[in-house]
Amino acid sequence: MSNLLTIFLAGILTENMILSKFLGICPFLGVSKKVNTAFSMSLAVIVVMLISTLVTYPIYAYILVPAGREYLQTIVFILIIAALVQFIEMALKRYMPPLYNALGIYLPLITTNCAVLGITLLHFTKELNYLEAIFNALGAGVGFMVAMVLFAGVRQRIESADIPKVLQGLPITLISAAIVALSFLGFAGIVG
Amino acid sequence: MSKLKVFTNGIVKENPVLRLVLGTCPTLAVTTAAINGIGMGVAATVVLVCSNIAISLLRNIIPNRVRIPAFITIIAGFVTVVQMLVKAFLPAIDKALGIYLPLIVVNCIILARAEMFACKNPVIPSILDGLGMGIGFTATLVLMGAIRELLGAGTIFGITVTAGAIEPMLVFILPPGGFFVFGLLVALSNVLAEKMGKKPVTTLGCANCPSRSACKECKEVSENE
Repeated sequence: MSNLLTIFLAGILTENMILSKFLGICPFLGVSKKVNTAFSMSLAVIVVMLISTLVTYPIYAYILVPAGREYLQTIVFILIIAALVQFIEMALKRYMPPLYNALGIYLPLITTNCAVLGITLLHFTKELNYLEAIFNALGAGVGFMVAMVLFAGVRQRIESADIPKVLQGLPITLISAAIVALSFLGFAGIVG
Repeated sequence: MSKLKVFTNGIVKENPVLRLVLGTCPTLAVTTAAINGIGMGVAATVVLVCSNIAISLLRNIIPNRVRIPAFITIIAGFVTVVQMLVKAFLPAIDKALGIYLPLIVVNCIILARAEMFACKNPVIPSILDGLGMGIGFTATLVLMGAIRELLGAGTIFGITVTAGAIEPMLVFILPPGGFFVFGLLVALSNVLAEKMGKKPVTTLGCANCPSRSACKECKEVSENE
């Protein structure tokens, strides 16, 4: 049990998807201007990460590995994730319209999001079992949300600050991201 | 556009990392050492040239509506080939790049060049475009890797440079150093671009991203809130 908790917390604090693994940088730098948007987008990412893990893990472990076709991992995973995102979008639209209205627009973005493909691949480089992989995906998703929401707050402050002209726009965003990432280094050694 | 221009375009004028701001994830992640920059850059260049050739040849066959899934499948195929080659012949590079090697599939430089160039142009210009963009990507990764390695470990390509002169600052090879060095490089390239009478870049290269319409929708929703 403590093992699962460690995996979950590591995903949020020490092995944060965005701030330490640099996965999902596009939404982090592109979409995270408002706290509300950052929150809903991250919710959609958590859902997709969880469902992708639930589906891709058994396919790799119980179909590709016994068949000796491990090298198909990348191509199979990206196609499954793309199909899953489409399927989730249709299912939400049909059965849960309020949720679709809140999250639907973020779903197409997630297909080419490296965080989702990244986490499904990471389960195997870390040699996790199925249950651990689910917690790993959950932790990574929540970690994604923490970074997105925190950074949206930081960006709202940058907007009203007096920035030197050369640093305006992308450079100051990256430098503030560096400072946020630096603060997360403080968690090193807390878990795992 | 002449062939030479197509080739040199990606190296300086439309450098994929600093001017088009594409492929930010691998740029930040693998540049902890200059040698990783070469590994990642060459792997991505091979995939880019091969996928540009395939997509350019298939450009009249792939239906417009399913082009993105078709492109991703083609790219994933070449990534798998490169992955197997690197694993077999360069295990050290495979270890250093880790999951960022398979993640070339979702590297937006490759998809963006398929969308913007290869699916509209014949084979030879597509090869040159892929090569130019790949060299531009590799050069930027090596530059950034060298800066981070020099400041963070005191070495370049593993050769000790600043022994005793400057104490290495470990933070530069940790994640915050990646964001920081990249921020300063973008600022520097903006200053140079403005001197040459070009517009500085202020946002990510969204104009070249296949999911730009979805992203734009998100931004509009968040601005109306």
